[in-house]
Amino acid sequence: MTQYIIKRLLLLPLLLFIFSVFAFFIIQAPPGDFVTSYIAELAASGSSMDQAQIEALREQYGLDQPLIVQYFRWVGGMLRGDFGVSLDWKRPIMELIKERLLLTVLLGAATFIISWSLAIPIGIISATKQYSFIDYFFTVFNYLGVATPTFMTALVLMWLAYSYFGISVTGLFSPEYVDAPWSLARVIDLLKHLWLPALILALDGTARLARVMRANLLDELNKPYVEMARAKGMSEWRLVLKYPVHLAINPLVSTIGWYLPMLFSGSVIVATVLNLPTIGPLLLRSLTNQDMFLAGVIVLIYCFLAIIGTLISDVLLAWLDPRIRMEA
Amino acid sequence: MSDDRVSEANQEAQEARHADLTALSEWNQARLEDEREDAAAIHVAPNWKLTWWRFKKHRLALVSGLVVILLALIVLFPGFFSTMDPHKSRAQQSFVPVQRIHFIDDGAFRPFVYGIVGRRNPETLRMEWKIDEEKKIPITFFARGFEYEVLGLFTTNIHFIGVKEGDIEENPIYLLGTDRLGRDQWSRLMYGTRVSVSIGLISVFVSVFLGVLLGGVSGYYGGVPDLIIQRMIEILQSLPAIPIWMALTAAMPRDWSVEQTYFAITLILALIGWTTLAREVRGRFLVLREEDFVMAAKLSGATQSRIIFRHMVPTFYSHIIATATLAVPVMIISETFLSFLGLGLRPPAISWGVLLQEAQNLQSVAIAPWLLLPGLAVIITVLALNILGDGLRDAADPYSH
Repeated sequence: MTQYIIKRLLLLPLLLFIFSVFAFFIIQAPPGDFVTSYIAELAASGSSMDQAQIEALREQYGLDQPLIVQYFRWVGGMLRGDFGVSLDWKRPIMELIKERLLLTVLLGAATFIISWSLAIPIGIISATKQYSFIDYFFTVFNYLGVATPTFMTALVLMWLAYSYFGISVTGLFSPEYVDAPWSLARVIDLLKHLWLPALILALDGTARLARVMRANLLDELNKPYVEMARAKGMSEWRLVLKYPVHLAINPLVSTIGWYLPMLFSGSVIVATVLNLPTIGPLLLRSLTNQDMFLAGVIVLIYCFLAIIGTLISDVLLAWLDPRIRMEA
Repeated sequence: MSDDRVSEANQEAQEARHADLTALSEWNQARLEDEREDAAAIHVAPNWKLTWWRFKKHRLALVSGLVVILLALIVLFPGFFSTMDPHKSRAQQSFVPVQRIHFIDDGAFRPFVYGIVGRRNPETLRMEWKIDEEKKIPITFFARGFEYEVLGLFTTNIHFIGVKEGDIEENPIYLLGTDRLGRDQWSRLMYGTRVSVSIGLISVFVSVFLGVLLGGVSGYYGGVPDLIIQRMIEILQSLPAIPIWMALTAAMPRDWSVEQTYFAITLILALIGWTTLAREVRGRFLVLREEDFVMAAKLSGATQSRIIFRHMVPTFYSHIIATATLAVPVMIISETFLSFLGLGLRPPAISWGVLLQEAQNLQSVAIAPWLLLPGLAVIITVLALNILGDGLRDAADPYSH
């Protein structure tokens, strides 16, 4: 087990290296470097820079060096905890994303908990009451859940809340807590706002997970050991929950591998619609304003979260299923 | 009652029973023959026929298939299904509400829509529109309207629906209302359907090409190419798709034409989309490689490309079609949110995402909830394609049950 985890961890730096090259490519992708677009922006607002200042800026960011050197300067800085400065916000990137990153992970965790705690009961009910009204109801719900883009759900809910209840459901904090330091009251305020975006984000995942759960459980319910337990007079609910459900959840764990990355990156759009203080809207803004260093860092963070998601699922699976441990 | 009579009655009953039995056995015979014929038909039926028989049983998938055919028609002929010029803005007619079609007028089939009256609100100075039940605008099928091009071949002005009398610009009908600039949402939706659905189709087409090619190489040859392609797939699949798509589309130069952005988006979506298909194809190849019929083909001297394309690929192309069908909605949603965020297609291009951008402003939506309707088109399309794909996937394996 430990060996397996170490093997997976050793792969981490390699993946991070590949992704950092990728993120660097994204930073370099727009035509011209960001100093050029910065100058263009200054010119648009009426002010200008003299040539010496421009050269100083270029030198400061190492833009006069070859790409390889630039890349290692960038990565070296990040390894030392220096993520660079956002030209758009004129603030260090680290400072910008610190709290947003925490909120992104919190939102992801809340979404994850909601979707699993909805999907498993739905899957169990649909499978044990196969072809009943409630099964069909959940089947329709699952199809709709997958077919509705999360941002549509967010838009419709925002509209309903605004026009019928006159409330705004955007943001993660009440106005008085937006810039307040962390306190118990602020955490409670956060929880009051967090559940709605988490629920919107969870619907899509719930639908997919419930389908997997239903199919897995149906496979298990037809096995002889279930018949045997029934013949011995075990009560139906205890039987179902104790053995088949236990076995049916295992394959569900393997879905974490794709679900966690989807959860973090999928929240970008909903977060933008609902104007949540997560890194998603920050990515959109940095991309539209060509603040490429910030964009590169955020893309890298998303990659990192995705790798962590896969890692967690691999380790969990190996822990649950001895066959995987043996193979590795 | 005499004995004669009893025996007569007995005989009659016996005869009747005998007749019944013969009829029954004949019926049985016929049924057996039918079954045998069915079985014979099943044995000789080509793969696509088996798939079709199984698919037919799935009612919901059949209905979804019809929806998809209708969508395909709209994609091919958006101008025909539009009522008004989708690009034309009418400053005086912003946020006109939905004018529903009524089919029955005074008990007869005379489709019409109610007219609209506008009044300027003295406080907000905004035009407020109401349905005017006094005024009926009769509508008709195959009416004349604005000129449009059909598949780039010729121009015509015949539309599926239009007003019966006079010019549509003077008697406008807005089946889904108008947006901020007074553009007809229905017609914009038709043209948006063409762009959004075709982006989904083309990017899946590119994905299928890449997936079959690379998955085939990986599964058929194995060894080093397999190793490289598998690692590539793993890396691409562990990338968070949405931020990557956002970053790549944002890197597109702003001065690109609509066509250039269109094809760039298609390629960007396909770049990550091919991996799932490649995995599927590889798995199939790995299994098929060991099959007797492949060995037989090899021994009788068939060339490699003949073995791959003539013997192996036909056994799983129904799976490819099913997987591809399920991939289309993912692509459609992706294009929609990219354009919705302002990173994908930009106006004057019309796509579902561009249409929904209008709904981003909460104030606009509160005044004009019909701005959310293009979202319904997305949901219906994705739903239909998902159900169709599921039905195809279940039907693709005719020997499974």
